[in-house]
Amino acid sequence: MTPLSALLLRDMRLAVRVGGGALMGVLFFLLVVTLTPFAIGPDLALLQRIGPAILWLGALLASLLALDRLFAADHEDGSLDLLLMGSAPLELAVLAKALAHWITTSLPLVIATPLLGLFLNLDAFAIGAVALTLLAGTPALTGIGLIGAALSVALRRGGLLLPVLVLPLTVPVLIFGVAASNAAIIGPAGFGAPFMILCALTLGSLVIGPFAAAAALRHGLE
Amino acid sequence: MRSAHFLRAPSEWAGGGRGSEMLRLFGRDLTCMRGFRTVLQGVNFELAGGAALALTGPNGSGKSTLLRLIAGLLPAAGGELRLEGGAAEASLAEQAHYQGHLDAFKPALTVEENLSFWARYLGASAAPAAALDAVGIGGLAKLPAAYLSAGQRRRLSLARLIAAPRPLWLLDEPTSALDAAGQAMLAALMRGHLAGGGLIIAATHGPLGIEAEELQLGRRSPSPDSPSKTGVNALEAGEGWGGGSEFGATAEHQRATATPNPSPQGGGEQAGARVSRGAQS
Repeated sequence: MTPLSALLLRDMRLAVRVGGGALMGVLFFLLVVTLTPFAIGPDLALLQRIGPAILWLGALLASLLALDRLFAADHEDGSLDLLLMGSAPLELAVLAKALAHWITTSLPLVIATPLLGLFLNLDAFAIGAVALTLLAGTPALTGIGLIGAALSVALRRGGLLLPVLVLPLTVPVLIFGVAASNAAIIGPAGFGAPFMILCALTLGSLVIGPFAAAAALRHGLE
Repeated sequence: MRSAHFLRAPSEWAGGGRGSEMLRLFGRDLTCMRGFRTVLQGVNFELAGGAALALTGPNGSGKSTLLRLIAGLLPAAGGELRLEGGAAEASLAEQAHYQGHLDAFKPALTVEENLSFWARYLGASAAPAAALDAVGIGGLAKLPAAYLSAGQRRRLSLARLIAAPRPLWLLDEPTSALDAAGQAMLAALMRGHLAGGGLIIAATHGPLGIEAEELQLGRRSPSPDSPSKTGVNALEAGEGWGGGSEFGATAEHQRATATPNPSPQGGGEQAGARVSRGAQS
């Protein structure tokens, strides 16, 4: 087993053990989506129209929930020091941690989307469209969130700093994620263009995120 | 010695490719700043394979800082740090173990999971069970690390040293929390590591249980009149590591020359170790 797959496996194990953050995201997602109809009222047509936006907002906020512990926990118990002394470059170690985080927190959100879509009166095609855009778009949220998670270690401020740093950067992902979903469901614009841009945002953030996060972690070690 | 066979031959050390040349670690005029404060200044040492270096000095004298500096976890503000004879393409950090105050074990994972993760991440191929047995906690392999006592956690971090073989050990207070048997086991592990040509640098307040040269890090307390000038100094350890006899300086001499210092520098801390030549840098 290579160092990086060992790290991936460890982080996934930690996420599903007691105290891990894997289930918290899904529960939060569930809460946001079930509370919305209570707030808006039983207007099925309205729910159907704003359903994709609510699912995307819920997924966006839920994916940020466990993110602030991504590097902070490793920093506090000294793991980060040893991660830096491995033979693998820190950028790849960061990417492995990001992948573990995405698999344990964002992938369950995508899987839960069909059920929650029913709560919002979405039909099967709409649910499929939202799930697909979430699958393509949530890695971008993790990639962008990496930067905030690393900065919150470097700046020794946890908690609220992360959403304040990260949420503005996720606006393009949200715009094109919802745009692609709506294009697929109600048209008239094509699904392809916004979806392609969403994929481009994901690829870009997966390249930039690890490098920026590793730079922030190295800088923050002092 | 129970632990000796867990210590791989030098050619099997992580990074590999080591020639027959003896490992030598040099530090020349090392300086380290934290914030705007100089923590270390003008630290010199030279360590050959099979030798151990004990860092001593009062609290706050920069022992941990020097270890983190060598481990690559802190940037050096000046000076030179070089490992000769190691794997050519591996950095110093990749050939070193750093054992600090934090042990980097996750309470939610079992002892075995913790150890096998670090062994794999740090480049070992061997199963960690043997290393657990070697430090006397083989029976706890399936227990979550949250249930370990401080001494058992310390033993677990010692197991990491032998599970992933690396030539340079950087140990910060390695004897803390260990009982008498644990300290004897630590001394045996260190002797085995040195016998295999490894290097050890340990920050310590008490006796390590092995023969070690001593590098004493002193510090002058900043005088209120000239805070920027006084800073800190660290003492130069001698050039000739071969014999202790040329290190004639005593602790008193050191206090007189380098630390005109109201803070007490306990003579007891130097018990059992040779005192290196002190010189004001």
